[in-house]
Amino acid sequence: MSGKRHRLRRSAIVALSTAVLVAGPVGAARACGGLVTPNGTINLVRTTTLAAYHRGIEHYVTSFEFAGEGQEIGSIIPLPGVPTKVVKGGDWTLQRLVIETQPPAPESALFAAAADGAAEVLLETEIDSLDITVLKGGALAVGTWARDHGYFLPPDAPEVLEFYAERSPIFLAARFNAGRAAEQGVQRGEGTPIHVVIPTPDPWVPLRILALGRQPSEIVQADVFLLTDVAPAILPRAIEPNGDEDQRGLIVRTSEQASDSLMSDLRSDARMGWLPEQDMWLTQVQINERADLLSHDLAIDASGFGHPDPVAAGLARPMRTASADTVPWIAVGGTTIVAVLAALAALAALVGLALIAWRRRGAERPA
Amino acid sequence: MIARRGPIAGLTIAAAVTLGLGAVAMGAGASRGGDGAREVRIVIHHSRFELPSVDVAPGESVRFVLENADPIDHEFIVGDAQVQLAHERGTEAHHAPRPGEITVPAGTTRATTVTFGPSTGTTLFGCHLPGHYAYGMVGTIEID
Repeated sequence: MSGKRHRLRRSAIVALSTAVLVAGPVGAARACGGLVTPNGTINLVRTTTLAAYHRGIEHYVTSFEFAGEGQEIGSIIPLPGVPTKVVKGGDWTLQRLVIETQPPAPESALFAAAADGAAEVLLETEIDSLDITVLKGGALAVGTWARDHGYFLPPDAPEVLEFYAERSPIFLAARFNAGRAAEQGVQRGEGTPIHVVIPTPDPWVPLRILALGRQPSEIVQADVFLLTDVAPAILPRAIEPNGDEDQRGLIVRTSEQASDSLMSDLRSDARMGWLPEQDMWLTQVQINERADLLSHDLAIDASGFGHPDPVAAGLARPMRTASADTVPWIAVGGTTIVAVLAALAALAALVGLALIAWRRRGAERPA
Repeated sequence: MIARRGPIAGLTIAAAVTLGLGAVAMGAGASRGGDGAREVRIVIHHSRFELPSVDVAPGESVRFVLENADPIDHEFIVGDAQVQLAHERGTEAHHAPRPGEITVPAGTTRATTVTFGPSTGTTLFGCHLPGHYAYGMVGTIEID
């Protein structure tokens, strides 16, 4: 039985459900995706993300914050699979989850809400003033699509896109349509939530994308909230807090049964009826890490088996054939040709030596 | 008694030597172009020059062939630290092909021929699109 099939069955047995929220504090730049702009300036605005996993379906809710007219902010988010639909998300679900774990904080500290050819456009839709495009393709194809559509990609984008495309060649690109935003009266700082439904056996939360365009020593800060049937196992493993507010790494801030009031509130939000009725476990993982050390994602196994997938975490490379746009012949050109020539030379030399030895034995054999 | 090597063995060894020499030449990323300039091929991948250092002789003409394997544009600017600084602060989004100053659009290959002066020393090559130089897109050229 393949690993993926095994994981699917396991998920079905345990009736797994997982929810994840990435949020950023007021006053700090946060994002769940790599934000890129057409004018060459890398801007990161607060973006909040909720992903939920239940019976093999990941529900991914992201809120994009409007940065104002004249500032075309786009976001590219890697996804673990092909979405079946993209619709508007709940009105205040993200904010309610954040409040659950930060109730005593003063207001200033509150949290807010394929082939080498062209990328294949799997889905295009509009949600309020957001233009959403779901793409399938390798790093080169998706990067080319982004460039051709006016996105400015920072220098680390090719490597980061390839990091994700090796595991899942699915990306969601979102950007505000300035004209529609003006027509709809969208205010600067106003968030627009979207809900992406993704069937996948291996849920993960993209973390490395948070470091896109950042300086190596820059600190990436985010909070990941998990809602699962049982206490989840995650990879990389999060550490316990040591009392230092500036503690680096992935830190477990909350691990407890989700309160009835939280679950009731979340289920009562618009378009949030998909949340399961059962009790759930709430985990909060705080990310406070240097950009150059955030070279992985967060894999989640909430099945109770305790084996999060190292590939889903980006800590191991997938066992698969090279994608068309990372074919070594194309990607590294002469280097591969050198290796082939050297191998042919070695083979030819071996054949020659074998022929000489065979002739010698024949000559030394008595007549 | 020592057996004579037959024609097959001889041809095989010759082929091996030829292929091996070919591999060594290509591995060095250099060959001789039709105009007499030595050709140095540099692949750009993941916003890095895969050949970070090049040795040239004083007065030598070198044809740099830049292969951009990335989905984003890059440039190749040859010059000392002052030249690099000027381009880092410059405003040219794209460079018309001048010796030692070219833009290499995403997924393309471009070439520029540079004739080095008679003096020995070290100069640089780099990319100055926003953030690229700081990201590490810089290499050295040793003239000796």
